[in-house]
Amino acid sequence: MTAVAVDPAAVYTLRHADDCLVLSHRLAQWSSRAPSLEEDVALTNIALDLLGQARALYTRTSELDRTGRSEDDHVFQRDERDFVNCLLVEQENGDFAVTVARQLLFSTYQLETWRALGGSTDRQVAAIAAKAVKEVTYHLDHATQWTLRLGDGTAESHERMRAALERLWPYTAELFETDAVTDDVVARGVAGDPQRLRAAWDSSVDQVLREATLERPSTSWTPTGGRRGLHTECFGYMLAEMQHLHRAHPGARW
Amino acid sequence: MVTIAVDRVRRVAGEVTDPEIPVLTIDDLGILRDVRIDGSDHVDVDISPTYSGCPALETIQADVAQRVRDAGYENVTVNVVLSPPWTTDWMSDAGRRKLREYGIAPPRSRGADMRLLQLAVECPVCGAAHTNEVAHFASTPCQALRRCGSCSEPFQHFKEH
Repeated sequence: MTAVAVDPAAVYTLRHADDCLVLSHRLAQWSSRAPSLEEDVALTNIALDLLGQARALYTRTSELDRTGRSEDDHVFQRDERDFVNCLLVEQENGDFAVTVARQLLFSTYQLETWRALGGSTDRQVAAIAAKAVKEVTYHLDHATQWTLRLGDGTAESHERMRAALERLWPYTAELFETDAVTDDVVARGVAGDPQRLRAAWDSSVDQVLREATLERPSTSWTPTGGRRGLHTECFGYMLAEMQHLHRAHPGARW
Repeated sequence: MVTIAVDRVRRVAGEVTDPEIPVLTIDDLGILRDVRIDGSDHVDVDISPTYSGCPALETIQADVAQRVRDAGYENVTVNVVLSPPWTTDWMSDAGRRKLREYGIAPPRSRGADMRLLQLAVECPVCGAAHTNEVAHFASTPCQALRRCGSCSEPFQHFKEH
């Protein structure tokens, strides 16, 4: 990021915009290759909701940081280090169980985040969040149904779901981190304290796992860095694919 | 005078149809929120998206602007208003009837306590109350896929939102 002092609220909205965009792109990668036609449609519909949320948040970010960047500038003209999404959303799709686990862990976090932001002192952010709550409630329901079906299904589906949770669990710690940006927006009432979301997230996820006969993974490895632009290896490849056309043909329209 | 003009622009704008479910107008959907005309004949139209990522919104914006210009107002701005968030409770009775006739089960209405007033999603083909959800999502974000337990016909349901 540049050294210019920007409104921490702009950094905060950019983080959530990037979360939405990156997960949207990952889900769109399932298009034409989901386990069934219904799932193909479901995952791409969820991707579409997230893309809509990202667009509204990018627009708000540009109002707050006064750079005048367009939605396309945010999405296509920034480099890897400029993206401030959490590491969880950029993780590769893996098998269907990994995608379901990522949806469960992230949608639970997003639902709690949007609920808190519904009371934001930033009225535009509050409006975006109030709209998104309804959509994410549905995403979480979808992820919950699949977690139950796979976890409490066959020996094979249970094992895949267990492995998926174990693979992604380390990335959930980052969701609740605080830093100078979150301290500032919490103090001004723009956002809720990420650490206070943790209890609701824990009890919601734990309940689904219990019903799905799955155990909560235990891990001491808690990778971090996404909010500062430090990403896992897979992210650069995703970005290259996502941005290639736009950068190879500047200004192209269709 | 201004009221008559506003009513006229509102009627004209409200006739714009949803490009994805062309049987519905934006007035039926309840996404046309407000129309204002200022002293210099500048028209502001407020519309709300059904879902954040609804791809029909930009087409609807362009169609509304064109209709208002055709009605004689050169300067028109179509604003997207997010708050309060749109709900299927704003869909008109006419809209619900048109959806059913089109083969899509309309969203169920909610009472003041937010509970659904009618528990079953009825089959738009045969009217049976015994139907099952096949998939949470369908051809657009606002619909789910169901199948009738009586006539076996698959159909889309405009989800309560």
